[in-house]
Amino acid sequence: MPSPKRIGKIKFGLLSPKEIRTMSVRKIIWADTYDDDGFPYPQGLMDLALGVIDPGLRCKTCDQKAADCPGHFGHIELAKPVIHVGYTRLIRKLLRVTCRACGRLLLSPDEIKKVSITAEDELGGDVLTEKDIKKERSCPHCGEQQLKVNFEKPTTFSEVLLEDGKKNEHKLTPADIRARLERIPDSDLKLLGINPDVARPEWTILTVLPVPPVTMRPSIILENGQRSEDDLTHKLVDIIRINQRFKENQDAGAPQLIIEDLWELLQYHVTTYLDNEVAGCPPARHRSGRPLKTLSQRLKGKDGRFRGSLSGKRVNFSARTVISPNPNLSVTEVGIPLSIAIEMTVPVRVTAYNLEEMREFVLRGPERKSLKVPCGANYVIRPDNRRLRLGGDNLETIAEQIEPGYTVERQLRDGDIVLFNRQPSLHRMSIMAHRIKVMDGKTFRLNPAVCPPYNADFDGDEMNLHVPQTEEARAEAAILVAVQENILSPRFGGPIIGGIHDHISGIFMLTHDLRWFTKSEILYLLKYFEFEHLPEPGKVEEDGTPMWSNKQVFSMILPDGLNMVFRASSCINCDECKYTDCERDAFVRVIDGQLETGTIDKKSIGAFDGAILNRIIRQCGMDRASQFIDDMTRLSIRGIMIDGFSFGIDDEDLSKTEYGQIEDELSKAKDDVDRRIRIFQEGQLEPMPGRTPEETLEMQIMQVLGKARDRTGEIAGRHLGLGNSAVLMAVSGARGSMLNLTQMAGCIGQQSVRGERIMRGYEERTLPHYKRGDRGADAHGFILHSYKSGLSPTEFFFHAIGGREGLVDTAVRTSQSGYLQRRLINALQDLKVAYDGTVRTTMGRIIQFKYGEDGTDPMKGSFGDPVDVKGLVESVLKEEV
Amino acid sequence: MSIRINVLDHVMVPDHQAMSEEEVQALLARYSITFDQLPKVFHDDPGVRQVNGKVGDVVRIIRQSHTAGIAEAYRLVVRRPKK
Repeated sequence: MPSPKRIGKIKFGLLSPKEIRTMSVRKIIWADTYDDDGFPYPQGLMDLALGVIDPGLRCKTCDQKAADCPGHFGHIELAKPVIHVGYTRLIRKLLRVTCRACGRLLLSPDEIKKVSITAEDELGGDVLTEKDIKKERSCPHCGEQQLKVNFEKPTTFSEVLLEDGKKNEHKLTPADIRARLERIPDSDLKLLGINPDVARPEWTILTVLPVPPVTMRPSIILENGQRSEDDLTHKLVDIIRINQRFKENQDAGAPQLIIEDLWELLQYHVTTYLDNEVAGCPPARHRSGRPLKTLSQRLKGKDGRFRGSLSGKRVNFSARTVISPNPNLSVTEVGIPLSIAIEMTVPVRVTAYNLEEMREFVLRGPERKSLKVPCGANYVIRPDNRRLRLGGDNLETIAEQIEPGYTVERQLRDGDIVLFNRQPSLHRMSIMAHRIKVMDGKTFRLNPAVCPPYNADFDGDEMNLHVPQTEEARAEAAILVAVQENILSPRFGGPIIGGIHDHISGIFMLTHDLRWFTKSEILYLLKYFEFEHLPEPGKVEEDGTPMWSNKQVFSMILPDGLNMVFRASSCINCDECKYTDCERDAFVRVIDGQLETGTIDKKSIGAFDGAILNRIIRQCGMDRASQFIDDMTRLSIRGIMIDGFSFGIDDEDLSKTEYGQIEDELSKAKDDVDRRIRIFQEGQLEPMPGRTPEETLEMQIMQVLGKARDRTGEIAGRHLGLGNSAVLMAVSGARGSMLNLTQMAGCIGQQSVRGERIMRGYEERTLPHYKRGDRGADAHGFILHSYKSGLSPTEFFFHAIGGREGLVDTAVRTSQSGYLQRRLINALQDLKVAYDGTVRTTMGRIIQFKYGEDGTDPMKGSFGDPVDVKGLVESVLKEEV
Repeated sequence: MSIRINVLDHVMVPDHQAMSEEEVQALLARYSITFDQLPKVFHDDPGVRQVNGKVGDVVRIIRQSHTAGIAEAYRLVVRRPKK
């Protein structure tokens, strides 16, 4: 490889016709590509001097084969000049600021001094704009009266003549414009921010068109043997055809009208060749009706050259498949299918110390019948970099051959480190390093506790896996990217990995109140937990059987010396806290690694909260924390299996008395609403400050109905206790809320669009089922049924309206926040925190004098504060402060 | 017409101070940077005009910070370019 070179400078300018002709190797005059024998026409668009794409042929310019020839430019001599669409704005500006006769700037030397120019150096600094020149004046140099220059998209320029009060537009041909631009002196161009050495303005009008090498517009051969040309070639064919016809007509002395038509046609083809999405210009189409992908389309947009090919990375050594859960895996592991483990490899350098092991890999070869068979190898790379594919009969010979200096591409095996990723990769925890576990099946397996950082679920999600190929990459993955290093989120300094759903329900059911287990029960719970001794039994039954409490079981997985006092998610913030005597068992007290009182739930071990998890990380480190997550998830899954856990439609059943109460409550609310409407109609309603009577009424109705719904929820909640699965999930924080339960068992409540009752529909009514002007609860989307009891047709319609709003909101939000994120990342991606605490760009420019103004790492802090003082003090005092 | 208000008196405008030559030299030495590595502020910024900052001066901006209590920033006054 040639050594990299430092770029001294880059110059931007326009291609001059002279330059185009010098770099061209061939003048192209024929619109045809290949003759009947499939051989390119000389001086045609596929001329052999422009480079070769067919294997076997040699380039006429550089005499290299298809693989080595980079391709060479040709050129087309245009019959008449045409405008380059990309420069129309520049042309417009130049025409407006210079004299139509002498080409000088329309400013006297004094004026020039006044408006500009503080340019410190020759390039850069401020530049003259159209606004600096007064309209409709005469040239200060030659006195010529100036005319207004009109520009019409895409490429039409015209001058406006005032003839006896009438406006008369006179079209400027590209040749006229070119002549005018040629007259602008170099000295004036500098004031306009143009360096005349590299960009004379007349070069924006094309007189000669470069023909790109064949290599950037290769033709492809279809299955039926037909050649299919690239879009660019098609467009060039059009240009040459028209150009040819134009020339012939010109030579034959055709009438001006025909010449003008052809000129415009040529302009159209050159315009669409450069950019096929110009405003005011119908895009050139393929025969099938598909718009052609011309030069600008190759560069622009998401799949263009810049975003698609240059900054878009495609990689080898990656795999993708559906994910599914496996709670028996550690969070640091990922299960991969055998078929993937066989296909993907890790290069291992052969040394004197691993020679025998490598021989065994090679001898086993690429085939691997079952999980129990140790891994083999797919390739061997010789010291001269030749790759040998293993397989069939060559295993023994190659195994004999290998010696230090060879490299063996070994198949994946348990314990290999890989990067695991789920799109969209919105934060750094979207890519984490896991250890491999080769498994049966065809899906990637992961512990459900790592779902939150990836934002993954198992409804068909797919994920990607990458195998690091060097020691450095593996070391970096293990030290920086490993799952256990990413339990804490740098977003808020708390754990983002933790129990979800059933983990929380399970641990809640296990640790709630006091329960006693026999030896066989406790051993069942702790089956997957490694320990040496059971603790002393908490109590002994009268018949002598030792019993252990549920809190003791949970304490088994806690590290020693842990002291914490806090309130669980199930705490309802009573006015007066009863602390350890809480009847909901919501006051968690952990002393010296023993859970004394309280229920473990979302607040203690959940993802995003995880108070206990957080403390373990700070006190015992990341590895102990990931161990704790594994133990906790396994224990909670066992815990939930003691009683079992399910939810069905009859869990929403209430008794007759409750249904009666709910009905009373709702009819009372309805009466209240009707009463308020009556007051309003009588004009007796006292409006609230700053609101109209209508708004006041609306607010009152919303309030009354909202309260009514909440009260039905309370009625339902009174009937359903912790024995109800939905209540348990809501209280423990596993999933859902009491509102969800209210809507299932009690009353769905008011549907709203933009925070207001549903008002849209027909004149003065939402549906033809209601009278005009009806302001009642049910006419504006109040649903008094529950999901269980079922909705009436009108209620169902209102529910769909409210539901649709939610869907639209999410769709809009995701696209907007995605673009916002893209812009933020582009702006911030190369910033770094220097050793002195400043945030700097790569050039050393300071962005922030101290990172975050206080120089603390949010990941090392505690939910926004640099130090968790309260938690530290509590852990020392062992009581709440 | 000429009711000039002092923008620095507004609660939401942080305090601006022009820095002396020595202070600027000390600042550049502290962060071992050159002039053009400082953050910039336009010469016609109301806060800068209030403290009479000229192009090439450095302004110290002392603002209330959610994280640090009080945070100082320094900005080099530059000409606003024409659009």
